[in-house]
Amino acid sequence: MSTTFTLNGKPATLDADPNMPLLWAIREVAGLHGTKFGCGMALCGACTVHLDGKPIRSCVTPLSAVAGRQVTTIEGLASKPAKAVQAAWVELQVPQCGYCQSGQIMSATALLEANAAPTDADIDSAMSGNICRCATYTRIRAAIHAAAATIKV
Amino acid sequence: MNTNAPAARSTRRSFLKGAGTVTAVALTIGFEWAGPPRRAFAGPAAPLPGAGFAPNAFVRIGTDGSITVIAKHVEMGQGAYTGIATVLAEELDADWTLVRVESAPADAKRYANLAFGTIQGTGGSSAMANSWTQLREAGAKARAMLLAAAAQEWKVPVADLTAEKGIVYYAAGKRQASFGSLAPLAATMPVPETVTLKDPKNFKLIGHHAPRVDAAAKSDGTAQFTLDVELPGMLVALLQRPPLFGATVKSFDAAAALAVPGVVKVVQVPGGVAVVAKGFWAASQGRKALKVEWDDANAEKRSSAAIMAEYRHLAEQPGLAARKDGDAAQAIKNAAHRVSASYEFPYLAHAPMEPLDAVVKLTANSCEIWAGDQFQTLDQANAARTAGLDPQQVSIHTLYAGGSFGRRANVGSDYIVEAVSIAKAYGADGTPIKLQWTREDDIHGGLYRPMYFHKLEAGLTANGELAGWRHVIVGQSIMAGGAFAGMIKDGIDPTSVEGASTIAYDIPNVDVELSTTKTGVPVLWWRVVGTSHTAFAVETFIDEVAHAAGQDPYAFRRKLLGAHPRMKAVLELAAEKSGWSAKPLPKGKGRGIAVAEAFNTYVAQVAEVSVGADGQVKVDRVVCAVDCGTPINPDIIKAQMEGGIGFGLGAILYGAITMKDGRIEQDNFNSYRVLRFNEMPKVEVHIVASAEAPTGVGEPGVAPVGPAVANAIFAATGKRHYVLPFSAAGTA
Repeated sequence: MSTTFTLNGKPATLDADPNMPLLWAIREVAGLHGTKFGCGMALCGACTVHLDGKPIRSCVTPLSAVAGRQVTTIEGLASKPAKAVQAAWVELQVPQCGYCQSGQIMSATALLEANAAPTDADIDSAMSGNICRCATYTRIRAAIHAAAATIKV
Repeated sequence: MNTNAPAARSTRRSFLKGAGTVTAVALTIGFEWAGPPRRAFAGPAAPLPGAGFAPNAFVRIGTDGSITVIAKHVEMGQGAYTGIATVLAEELDADWTLVRVESAPADAKRYANLAFGTIQGTGGSSAMANSWTQLREAGAKARAMLLAAAAQEWKVPVADLTAEKGIVYYAAGKRQASFGSLAPLAATMPVPETVTLKDPKNFKLIGHHAPRVDAAAKSDGTAQFTLDVELPGMLVALLQRPPLFGATVKSFDAAAALAVPGVVKVVQVPGGVAVVAKGFWAASQGRKALKVEWDDANAEKRSSAAIMAEYRHLAEQPGLAARKDGDAAQAIKNAAHRVSASYEFPYLAHAPMEPLDAVVKLTANSCEIWAGDQFQTLDQANAARTAGLDPQQVSIHTLYAGGSFGRRANVGSDYIVEAVSIAKAYGADGTPIKLQWTREDDIHGGLYRPMYFHKLEAGLTANGELAGWRHVIVGQSIMAGGAFAGMIKDGIDPTSVEGASTIAYDIPNVDVELSTTKTGVPVLWWRVVGTSHTAFAVETFIDEVAHAAGQDPYAFRRKLLGAHPRMKAVLELAAEKSGWSAKPLPKGKGRGIAVAEAFNTYVAQVAEVSVGADGQVKVDRVVCAVDCGTPINPDIIKAQMEGGIGFGLGAILYGAITMKDGRIEQDNFNSYRVLRFNEMPKVEVHIVASAEAPTGVGEPGVAPVGPAVANAIFAATGKRHYVLPFSAAGTA
């Protein structure tokens, strides 16, 4: 059984159980390892990818649900907000263990793609589904503000 | 930012096979790209022939000028790779943008943690403390050999040469040469027996900003964790473990599991029954279909509440003396005012973001392991014993660990042993097998921070002087029965009482007692170890005593710290920076202070909280002062304090593993709550300038946040917390 969709801007046909969570299809069938497994229940956000530009938890999204749609992973980030977010992450030295950061960056990018000048409350609501056990939260907030400032220029 | 990119990029490059490092020393890890988007995992790269320079076990200099620092410590977020590289590169006078870091193989002779003796491993916030002199000397000796090479080449006195950012200069002759070009000749120079280390005033990297070597790879998804290891023909295993600690497999029926497409084998191992499949999804479907009957005759079947009730009772019985100064009981009996309190601390899971995982490739005479390995030589020995091999036949590739907080460092090497036993039961035929834990496996998996009961009593004189202090601790030992059991002296596991028996306050009569218990629940150190509970008890109780004495809790502590100038200094700094004395807070808000020492690092924090009409607590701000000796990387010190505060705050607000009739009642992040983004306070970190030897920062920031917040809640509400987590009382 195969599912066809657009993965990081390119057509992809993955031969896998349509019930397989997108996370494992991306990782083990498509071979893209940037998206991480953290909880399997949409509780931690480590597996966040974009589906038609919106952040979703790939660990609970069946592969069949993305047929004909656009999936973007950390490997496919290309927008101006995405590049600003990644640059700010390095500039402000956000990552510690780094394991959750793909998911954090996907959530932050989706926020900035939808809202170029988020308030702290906007950031809270966009980021509270992404857990970081290293608690890099203060730097994530600062990096989102910094990225927003560079997009504006 | 541009200055950061090359260093970070070069780290990633160090994981690519044939990245240009020309050396005779075996590389430890090699990844190669097998054409995007699929990433292949190539296994260890062959050493490349050439004329590089490997003056010692910690650094290699390629003819291309690349500096490869070999890290004996795991990078699990704490910044060890960057810190290690900073120290070595400082004495080498290396160009930071050319520095990359690679993990060391398991080899206690070269890579032991000097704080652990003969064990290679990471823990106790010891990476920088034990590496400091070793890596400064390693860098300085390499530099001396490069200078000697230049002196020979140019026929000039070595004393006339200098080095800066990877270049050797002969100012008088206007000559210069890069480290890379000097590497082949430097390799022929004798290794100097002694070297003169830099005067700290000449440091260019230490104490300055050296960007993290792993920041870029961790911001674009290319950093390699164990989860990302993929070897040709690799299978994925999930292990069904017993539902109760101590239960064993009675029988199992694998038929339904084997009927799941992709499931290859079902094997019984000492830890349970493993489903081995082509990928995670098939393995998880197979494990769901697996039927196992358990023998729970010897299992722990008590509830955590029943165990706590037993601890409460034990606290009234005599324990073993962990400290005895004067006669505390008598002093308290004679006191004008007496204060007493007891505290309950739950079991805590570490819950690192990367659930435990390990890849094992086992044959009849070799065992290769990939893991975010924290105890390399213990894991090597345990893997060898499990596989029936010699430790020399076991090689370990240490990858980035997606957090640990102590979990990946355990003397039984639980997850490594599981993976090896599965590979063995599978047939030891060289098929690489990745053991993957799920989050539920992690939350149910034991090796928790122990549950503890604390009872404290204090006596004050009529003048408000603290005359006597009794502290009774009841709980399991984390050192008993393991490789570190030798630390237990006269029945006292020092990690059960550290922070309590070492109380810094000047009190004439102090009595600290310990009752060590045994349960069927496996326990382990958890970030900041004993101080994760003792600092809460000591620092909230001293606050309560200060209030009973009618004194300001900061001033009360300060006057009792005369014998501990470094602790007193961080307390003063945190108080000053937070505006403790200067700015009163409005109604509904409160400010609390706490100070602790852990692993010879001193941290004080002032927390500010708001308490809503519904009693809900919001931590608004934490001001933190830290003295960790010579600050090696100030930005990483700040990051570790920030992270420690968030980690500790989540635990005191929500963290608890509880058992009902032996079954763990939490499963995932819905029932084992941790701190989320919107709950993170503003954090302000102040680092004490110091010329003392550096100490660690990965753990100590966790210790004071709980009591500082609890004391702030008291300031705002007049209510104290004695049972952790605070959510148990409905205020978090």
